[in-house]
Amino acid sequence: MEREEVKSIIDSLLFVADGPVTLQRFQEVIEGSNKDEIRSALVELQKELENGPRGVRLVEVAGGYQMRTAKGNAEWVKKFLGGRPARMGRATLETLAIIAYRQPITKAEIEAIRGVDVDGVISTLLERELVRAVARKDVPGRPFLYGTTQQFLELFNLKDLTQLPTLKEMDEITLPEIPGETIPIENTEEC
Amino acid sequence: MSTQVQLEIFEGPLDLLLHLIKKNEVSITDIPIAAITEQYLATLEVMQSLNLDLAGEFLVMAATLIHIKSRMLLPAGDGTTEEDDDDGEDPREELVRRLLEYQRFKDAAEKLGQREILARDVFIRSGTPVEDVPVPNLREVSVFELLNALKRVLERLPKENVHEITLDKITVREKMTFLLDTLRARSKVLFDALFAEVKTRMEVVVTFLAMLELVKARAIRIFQDELGGPIQIEAAAGMDEASILPVISTGEEDHGT
Repeated sequence: MEREEVKSIIDSLLFVADGPVTLQRFQEVIEGSNKDEIRSALVELQKELENGPRGVRLVEVAGGYQMRTAKGNAEWVKKFLGGRPARMGRATLETLAIIAYRQPITKAEIEAIRGVDVDGVISTLLERELVRAVARKDVPGRPFLYGTTQQFLELFNLKDLTQLPTLKEMDEITLPEIPGETIPIENTEEC
Repeated sequence: MSTQVQLEIFEGPLDLLLHLIKKNEVSITDIPIAAITEQYLATLEVMQSLNLDLAGEFLVMAATLIHIKSRMLLPAGDGTTEEDDDDGEDPREELVRRLLEYQRFKDAAEKLGQREILARDVFIRSGTPVEDVPVPNLREVSVFELLNALKRVLERLPKENVHEITLDKITVREKMTFLLDTLRARSKVLFDALFAEVKTRMEVVVTFLAMLELVKARAIRIFQDELGGPIQIEAAAGMDEASILPVISTGEEDHGT
């Protein structure tokens, strides 16, 4: 099969796909192709989108490839789609970060780090399928152990968990500047 | 109260402590416990005076701080304390460890938040879930309107003093099932229609409670077209679906506990 043809098919598949497409899946569909061909076609496509005057990007996310809008166009896309933009509250981000780096982890262990109850946050995260119970810990009460999901990787544009930046070592930690702005008092439970 | 109160949202006691440490420009490994404890307690007082719901954890930390402060006053290596007698170890050590650990994840969370987040910075073709798509022409009903509606229903009940000696035959659970069944048959039900067949005060109250339980479980939603308009009840989809699909009446009774 011609190189350009493979690229064109991949382009189409990415357009109709409703989630990240794995290399494996491309290979199954495009008969007679091998992974190297597909990979190099993907890289080429990625470069064309990146360098051309285009509003979509080809990103490697959650173990597959996916077309996503260019970040610079977010404002217009949001306006077009309507509705309020997705928000990520601090409680959500902190809890997710702890689970992402320390998985599998129990609720009590998360609470020990955050110093606050995380019941509400966890149930929201479970509902949004950003985390899931992966096992039970073999301690009294056999609490659930939580881990992150594919959706978590998709949400944060991560190829896999190894892409998470390494946690700072304890002695590298410095306190950031206090932001000048203050946030109006309201319920912080958001996500 | 003419003073401008500016209060940050603190994610918890550790967050508040880190803020105070930073504000005072002191070293995290050498916290002036007395001063920080004082400011910590003062902040709690402000929060309380603002009727902020103070999580219990804030108070536990207050106790911890006071405890540390008192231990700092004791001569080091004095083996007279029954507990926590740990060979002159700095009483702040455990707290410092927790603060550093928390700061570590605060940093990580911030980095996570700066990534290209789906549906905030980048979007995928069709169906990128955008949160809270407003349902056109529907507004949520306030508790007061609900209570008023309940009052009207109660007033409509026959005034004759029928002695209610019926025992507690209807349970909230039964009414919840009934309500969900009704909503599965018809996607929407008028608040008043729900009480049309109801004859006793007890049943009105039980039905109302069942409705509230279902709202709490997010199994149903209560709406009205305009202020003062008829109150309508509809089945809610799961939270996520609810934000993208207008009306779904799938069996949501699993949530009805």
